[in-house]
Amino acid sequence: MTALSPRRILLTLAGPVLALLVAFVVTSLVLVAVGDPVGDVWSSLLSKPLPRQMVNIVNAASVFYLSAIAVAIGFRMNLFNIGVDGQYRVAVFAAAVFAGQAWLPGILNVIVAILIAILCGGLWAGIAAWLKVKRGVSEVISTIMLNAIATGLVSWLLGKVRDTSGSGSNVTNTKEIPDSSKLEGLALVPGAANKVYTLILLAAVVGFLYWFVLGKTRFGYDLRATGMSETAAVASGVKVPRMVVSAMLLSGGVAGLVGMPLLFGQDFSYGTTFQAGLGFSGIAIALLGRNNPVGIAFAALLWAYLEQQSNGLQIKADVSPELVNIIQGVILFAVVIAYELIRRADIRLEQARVARELAAQRGSAPVEEGAQA
Amino acid sequence: MCAITASAPQAPTAAGTDLAVELEGITKRFPGVVANKDITFAARRGTVHAIVGENGAGKSTLMKILYGVQRPDEGTIKVDGRAVNLHSPSDAIAAGIGMVFQHFMLADNLTVLENVVLGAEKLHGIGDEARAEIRRISDDYGLEIDPDELVENLGVGHRQRVEILKVLYRGAKTLILDEPTAVLVPQEVDELFDNLRELKKEGLTVLFISHKLDEVLSVADSITVIRRGTTIDTVDPSTVNARQLAELMVGSELPSPSTEESTVTDRVVLRVEDLTLQGLSGRPVLDGISFTIHAGEVLGIAGVEGNGQAELVEVIMGMREPSSGLVFLGDTDISAWDTREIREAGVGYIPEDRQRHALLLEAPLWENRMLGHQTEEPNVRGQLINAAGAKADTERIVKEYDVRTPSITVTAGSLSGGNQQKLIVGREMSHDPKVLVAAHPTRGVDVGAQASIWDLMREARRKGLGVLLISADLEELIGLSDTIRVILRGRLSGEFDPDQVTSEDLGAAMTGAGERSGAPGTMGAPDDAATRHTGSGDEGATR
Repeated sequence: MTALSPRRILLTLAGPVLALLVAFVVTSLVLVAVGDPVGDVWSSLLSKPLPRQMVNIVNAASVFYLSAIAVAIGFRMNLFNIGVDGQYRVAVFAAAVFAGQAWLPGILNVIVAILIAILCGGLWAGIAAWLKVKRGVSEVISTIMLNAIATGLVSWLLGKVRDTSGSGSNVTNTKEIPDSSKLEGLALVPGAANKVYTLILLAAVVGFLYWFVLGKTRFGYDLRATGMSETAAVASGVKVPRMVVSAMLLSGGVAGLVGMPLLFGQDFSYGTTFQAGLGFSGIAIALLGRNNPVGIAFAALLWAYLEQQSNGLQIKADVSPELVNIIQGVILFAVVIAYELIRRADIRLEQARVARELAAQRGSAPVEEGAQA
Repeated sequence: MCAITASAPQAPTAAGTDLAVELEGITKRFPGVVANKDITFAARRGTVHAIVGENGAGKSTLMKILYGVQRPDEGTIKVDGRAVNLHSPSDAIAAGIGMVFQHFMLADNLTVLENVVLGAEKLHGIGDEARAEIRRISDDYGLEIDPDELVENLGVGHRQRVEILKVLYRGAKTLILDEPTAVLVPQEVDELFDNLRELKKEGLTVLFISHKLDEVLSVADSITVIRRGTTIDTVDPSTVNARQLAELMVGSELPSPSTEESTVTDRVVLRVEDLTLQGLSGRPVLDGISFTIHAGEVLGIAGVEGNGQAELVEVIMGMREPSSGLVFLGDTDISAWDTREIREAGVGYIPEDRQRHALLLEAPLWENRMLGHQTEEPNVRGQLINAAGAKADTERIVKEYDVRTPSITVTAGSLSGGNQQKLIVGREMSHDPKVLVAAHPTRGVDVGAQASIWDLMREARRKGLGVLLISADLEELIGLSDTIRVILRGRLSGEFDPDQVTSEDLGAAMTGAGERSGAPGTMGAPDDAATRHTGSGDEGATR
């Protein structure tokens, strides 16, 4: 949270811009190598989205954003919550089952369902936290395992609770939520027939809270300190096991929200067609956005843009839309490398600057004793 | 500039020169800092050539260059009269240069033989041939090493000889010893020097890095002084005394730690009762430790590293649960308190490894100012961080404690070691502590910072703080403490009066030579932790 200087802004922007350029070049080379029409692909991918597509991009980005924030909470204290995927599916399933019962009217139903989702996502992540704190199990391993378990658990339970009231017995949905709880959406984009998810507001609130809690509170300071140096945090009085549990529960709680915009704005039930893999996109987007609430917003929009624009590839350029996965992968690789290089350069430049300014302060003394030998 | 005046024992001059290593115009720049500038000296074959300089003077960088870890930007290195280009440690070994590190690189659970052949399996295999070779080297140089002994059974002095043997085994003709005496007690130092004399008699060259002048004067044939990254002079030890050498090193008057009249009161601020901590091996790491510190008193704890000092501090600070025993702050039993409660109650803490335990290197200074006090004014207001308050107070600390920094928003990692430490001391003193626990407070800081940290400790004492000072620097302990006790294998000795005690007395207590019969020095610090890398030492601003 250092003050912004021109150098810092430049370094911050250099990473993603470089990554995008590298992705552009590598993807072009791949296209050339397999003989696909490079020009057509880019003109299709880079064409201006229609209003309808813009709505889709914003919607997808809001979901990505929640997922990435969930991952970023862990990242800030060196916890790798790979389990956002499992957490959001357990959570959205539980919320869908509850909301489908229509025990509560309208918006109240939505609110309670969201709370249930937070709770379930948090508890599911809590298993990994408990294993880490009590048994020393790496959260990377346990959350990956829990993803697999979540998949099995949810599809098994889906079989138990699936809606049999409708047409035939082939339905694999939870019961659809009552009409009064369906959120109509916000007409933010002029000229689009579809609407932006109402629960994009949830993403905004979560983003604000993430910034506020981490940057402005004692709890956030402890969390960041633990991430920067666990040994120093312990010596400063931070109870690291407690921080691990808190951070995991928070991360899982936010992960629980990932499916909410989809559930209440589009699908209205949980079923086998519910969008999968959002948790993994979240990891990529958190990395790309450098765990920064604004950076993640841009990264989520970029990710959503690429996915949306890939839909037209087959028709316009006769190239499989999976090409976008290559682009995303290369961006990620490049960005991780670029960030590490930039981080090191930043440290070096800072040391050099401090030494230089100290030397200047001393006046004529040459620069030979700034740091150490 | 290089007046080579060593009393040279006859050495084979195979390559037509009797200079084993020559350095000329070695310059190494790090961004914004010149670590080495125009280093020029030569070491004759068959001599012990000492390189002395302050912490941070550039010795470590020079050694890294000689050992191929870093490459000089300018200058030439000649070995046996031939210019060499050292790209890596294996190049250095091939050129006959071996390094004995300050922190031993030995696997405890392997035998001497296994440790020695590790990475050099191609030389003499890993079996009887290697064993015979080790015996031969050990006999030739009087190292007294049994190849089949487990390293964990060896004392510190012994381990060091294994390190030396490792280097000789790889065919080194020139040995670099980086601060070899830092981990040794005085008696072990004498043994080491006997070994070194043996080595040079056999025609080997020893480059001996140190900042302990008495030792250098007693063992070296020639001394090169480094100050601020450059060679100041090369002198003959028979023509200088310690005082002159020190002035060459510092370039000015020496600071010396000395207490003024006693400020000890009869008010107890910290009392430790029968503290015991069981180690993993079943042997207690802390064994029935009891002491009392009064307001205005500095209690110094001397000891070879790894005899329980670190654990004692961790128990007092609440970072580790003792097996039994009590800690009282004033009259309050704080044994069951956690670290945060203890710090909030007024125990200031200067950890031994500031980079690992006292700083967030990638965070700005003002966030580091909060560390350890992130629940206290002026850093927070309720549950929220008070950035403005913390920043204003950081400005104050920077000014009052003379932290040299261009601003409070630079990262802590970009400051030099001394300035980092001044920030830490300032931070700890800013919360009206009743007790200050200071572990190696001046380790790895430059002379100027050392003097001001000593001043700050004295001021703390005058203000009525009780200070627990743990240090490996006997001079610092003698100069600052009101009472000195020695810790050995987790047990505290009786009290020494710093006005009367000598380094030799303390050294004897540190090895336990006084309490047991048998060869002194062979049993110093058998604890596993003795060889642990503490990551401190010379490293300043780098991470």
